[in-house]
Amino acid sequence: MRPTQVQGCSGCPASSNGNNILKESSADRRICGLRLFAHPTDKPRSHKGLGGADMASFGHVCDFRGSQTLQSARFLRHPLTRIVRPIPRHYTMDLTELNISQIRNALAAKQVSAEEICQEHLKRIGERDSEVRAYLTVTAERALAQARKVDRLVTEGRPLPALAGVPVAIKDAIVTRGVRTTCASKILENYVSPYDATAVERLESAGGVILGKTNCDEFAMGSSTENSAFFPTRNPVEPSRVPGGSSGGSAAAVAAHLATIALGSDTGGSIRQPAAYCGVAGMMGSYGRVSRYGLVAFASSLDHIGPFARSVADLACVLGVIAGRDPLDSTSVDVPVRDYGAALDGDVRGLKVGIPREYFEGLSSETGANIQKAVDLLARLGCEVHSISLPHTAFAIGCYYIIATAEASSNLARYDGVRYGFRSEDHKNGLREMYKKTRDAGFGAEVKRRIMLGTYVLSSGYYDAYYRKAQQVRSLIARDFLEAFDEVDVIVTPTSPFPAFKLGERVDDPLQMYLADIYTVNASLAGIPGISVPCGRTATKPCLPVGMQILARHFDEARLLQVAHAFEKAGGFAIA
Amino acid sequence: MAAGIRNQYEVVIGLEVHVQLLTRSKLFCGCSTRFGDPPNTNTCPVCLGLPGALPVLNRDAVTMVMKAALALNCVINPQSRFARKNYFYPDLPKGYQISQYDEPLAEDGWLEIEAGGSRKRIGITRVHLEEDAGKSLHEGFPDSDRASYIDLNRSGTPLMEIVTEPDLRSPEDAHEFLTRLKTIMLYLEVSDCNMEEGSLRCDANASVRRAGSAVLGTKTEVKNLNSFRFLQRALAYESERQIELLENGQEVVQETRLWDSREQKTYGMRSKEFAHDYRYFPEPDLLPLVITADWKEEARSQMPELPDARKQRFTRDYALADYDAAQLTSSKALAGYYEEVVKAGAEPKQAANWTLTELLHLLKESKREIAASPVPAASLAELLRLIAEDAISGKMGKEVLAEMFNSGKSAPNVMAEKGLKQMSDPEEITAAAREIIAANPKQTGQYRSGKAATLGWFVGQVMKTTRGQANPQVVQEILKKELSAVKE
Repeated sequence: MRPTQVQGCSGCPASSNGNNILKESSADRRICGLRLFAHPTDKPRSHKGLGGADMASFGHVCDFRGSQTLQSARFLRHPLTRIVRPIPRHYTMDLTELNISQIRNALAAKQVSAEEICQEHLKRIGERDSEVRAYLTVTAERALAQARKVDRLVTEGRPLPALAGVPVAIKDAIVTRGVRTTCASKILENYVSPYDATAVERLESAGGVILGKTNCDEFAMGSSTENSAFFPTRNPVEPSRVPGGSSGGSAAAVAAHLATIALGSDTGGSIRQPAAYCGVAGMMGSYGRVSRYGLVAFASSLDHIGPFARSVADLACVLGVIAGRDPLDSTSVDVPVRDYGAALDGDVRGLKVGIPREYFEGLSSETGANIQKAVDLLARLGCEVHSISLPHTAFAIGCYYIIATAEASSNLARYDGVRYGFRSEDHKNGLREMYKKTRDAGFGAEVKRRIMLGTYVLSSGYYDAYYRKAQQVRSLIARDFLEAFDEVDVIVTPTSPFPAFKLGERVDDPLQMYLADIYTVNASLAGIPGISVPCGRTATKPCLPVGMQILARHFDEARLLQVAHAFEKAGGFAIA
Repeated sequence: MAAGIRNQYEVVIGLEVHVQLLTRSKLFCGCSTRFGDPPNTNTCPVCLGLPGALPVLNRDAVTMVMKAALALNCVINPQSRFARKNYFYPDLPKGYQISQYDEPLAEDGWLEIEAGGSRKRIGITRVHLEEDAGKSLHEGFPDSDRASYIDLNRSGTPLMEIVTEPDLRSPEDAHEFLTRLKTIMLYLEVSDCNMEEGSLRCDANASVRRAGSAVLGTKTEVKNLNSFRFLQRALAYESERQIELLENGQEVVQETRLWDSREQKTYGMRSKEFAHDYRYFPEPDLLPLVITADWKEEARSQMPELPDARKQRFTRDYALADYDAAQLTSSKALAGYYEEVVKAGAEPKQAANWTLTELLHLLKESKREIAASPVPAASLAELLRLIAEDAISGKMGKEVLAEMFNSGKSAPNVMAEKGLKQMSDPEEITAAAREIIAANPKQTGQYRSGKAATLGWFVGQVMKTTRGQANPQVVQEILKKELSAVKE
């Protein structure tokens, strides 16, 4: 029972008329942009460096032509042209159910205010999150202030930006100005960033309402969110199970309707795997597609920021907002950001779908069954299904844990107690002791394990055998994909070999935990984009969500979204 | 130590020079590189190493390194790479320094120096770009006995590292190399090379071996050489120390040693502190640095004429002696000044003499740089013209120049004020000469008895009575004539 319904009369028929009116006026909305929402920053947000691009020169819009179904949008009864005063809310509307375009339409139609949407979500967090524990920090004030800003735009009749009034959750590994960013680590327990991550800034500039910071595995290291230094998050579908990880809090928040969308980070599967476990959609763009500026680094060459949502259209919209070259991230790429909404045409006829043989060895039979049904559905939609081989798949986990830990050992060196974060006060014997005690008490077991592993593989005498070799393997894995994409347009795999496991089940066995990522690390190593969408639930109780992963060529996110959307539209999310 | 023993050994030295680049902003962020600002004011998330911050390379810094590398005859690598050098230190905010390791920006160059009267090429192994760390302040605070302070203003400042081959054979070689290197950097305007402010730092690797041996001895790394003098002294000390060890049948330990300028000796650091494994690996936050032909050309086109080329041109075009040309081109500003004097019409040789002796003397006495000379090049040229035209004597000219230097006035103004002008009228001078001869029969007698040197004394006397205004050449001629007349 959702407690957040607006009471009113029932049975008012939905009308597609309102939708059409909105489409006609969509041209105005394309002028949404940063200037309306850009807040002054303490420091100029560009370095005098190689990149001289002007951050404010892009504006984001979503175009939902042909992408909206709006089955549940019963509030859209009145054509905009008839609006002369706020419409009385005498109908049922669960504000936490709305997707991005529904929120936008409802705001534009003045049926609801952004503040109300925000309040409903905050209320639901208050009621529901004591069980799910998705959030580490709830930023009610910031959210309400932002929501009121959106409402002023509505009142002033100004164009609404792409994410106007959309409640967002942010993984606590992404920095937010003036709000605690802990990375779920004791070492950053009280750390407040003086700046916003680029993705956060873009979300807020597009009108997104940040509700808070979500739980994750410490420094994004883990696959269950149990490595949080504070508490584990529970899977909203089945509370005895983990939500996956490391972005488990973000996935759970979206699944439990504690946010409409969320940002997570994906290094080896940390968005896709929890999306699969929680039954929501999550994606990682190509490496360089979304700026990493402000993402607390775990493994720089593998880290991505990406969105979670309950629909592919929402994912497309968020990606459109956060993607694009950022002069503050040298590895962000200047490939034009496509109109991802426009790519969702539902037509996948003739598309070649590759099914890599190697991904079905050791797969749990239940997951395998769902994936088979999903592939059958794609075939019914007109896709050509091909069996393909990615011969170096088996080396990916080893390769990943060498490269990722090597980079992590260096990236986490800055948490030394000198400038910010936790510092052990027990250091009578000087600096070295301070370092040791700070890092010993500040980091959790998994983080320490990876720092040690990474330090080892970079050590003099071992570098060639481990790190250099792993880089060579990485090239081979990337080549596997390049060659496969000569034959097929997308590759479809299970997201994880098994569905959400029980809390505590794998915490004592790191290797078992690492296996949760065997199907996701490959794409991370190759730098290609990947998405996980729900493909039904397991047949036996407790009927857990299964995720299907779709991979595409570098910067072919539009293709991924197109296939995922067609799959969603054909009922694939609830396949049985 | 006996010179005999010392001569049985050869000293082998290689240098590692760090040059702070004169960019306005830091290497990976937009913060100012200004020296001397209040602590931790020129900082941002990037140079503070805050979570989530990422580096963005400063293009100007790369161009500057390219200019330096081209001046050092290096090969610019079309692709180079940044690497992380990992170590913990409180003034290193990220726990690693972004540097270059196995793929530096430039390699394989040389610089020619004068060594023992001949010219010698010193190999340049590599030139690369890296960021500086912050500063740890261990002194000067009330609680300095138990706490240190960190200033991160310098964190992220661009440094160019220049590594030489072990081609230097004496502390003097090292001194000469560093001097030339500094001159080139100043010519290129890529650094102010101010050793006191740390914008030029030098470490040295030194070893000794029996003369004639082809095998290198065990080296030590000598640090804390923060002046040219210290570099030379420390290397002299270190090479003698190593020779003594070997002479006593002991071995040189490979270690890092610090120069203590008060004690005038080097001492070994506890090796544990320097037993680093830096765990270099390619910096994943930056793309490989690709140098296009255009970019290289852009750097080349910004290069001025370098000291050696300018010196050769001076000897050729102005017929200057090697030594004078070398002196004049030892500083870009001085060479520029000199050329301005010549361009304003002064005779090149005379201009060189006056610039190098009179003007430099005045500058040195007043502790000023040539750029701050109160006598502009055009004014010096005017003075030299007056001298050439015999309007004043050279001797008077020196006085005039000193006054010009002090007052900033032009030569004609100074001369008018002081009533200075050359007395060349033979009648006036003859009258003065006769008076002196008449008043000094003793000296006249000496001259007549064949002591020709007495003539100089007479010239001096005439100059004195004419308050230096008489033209000395005319005075001499007239005196000879008058003294001979007395003899007859």
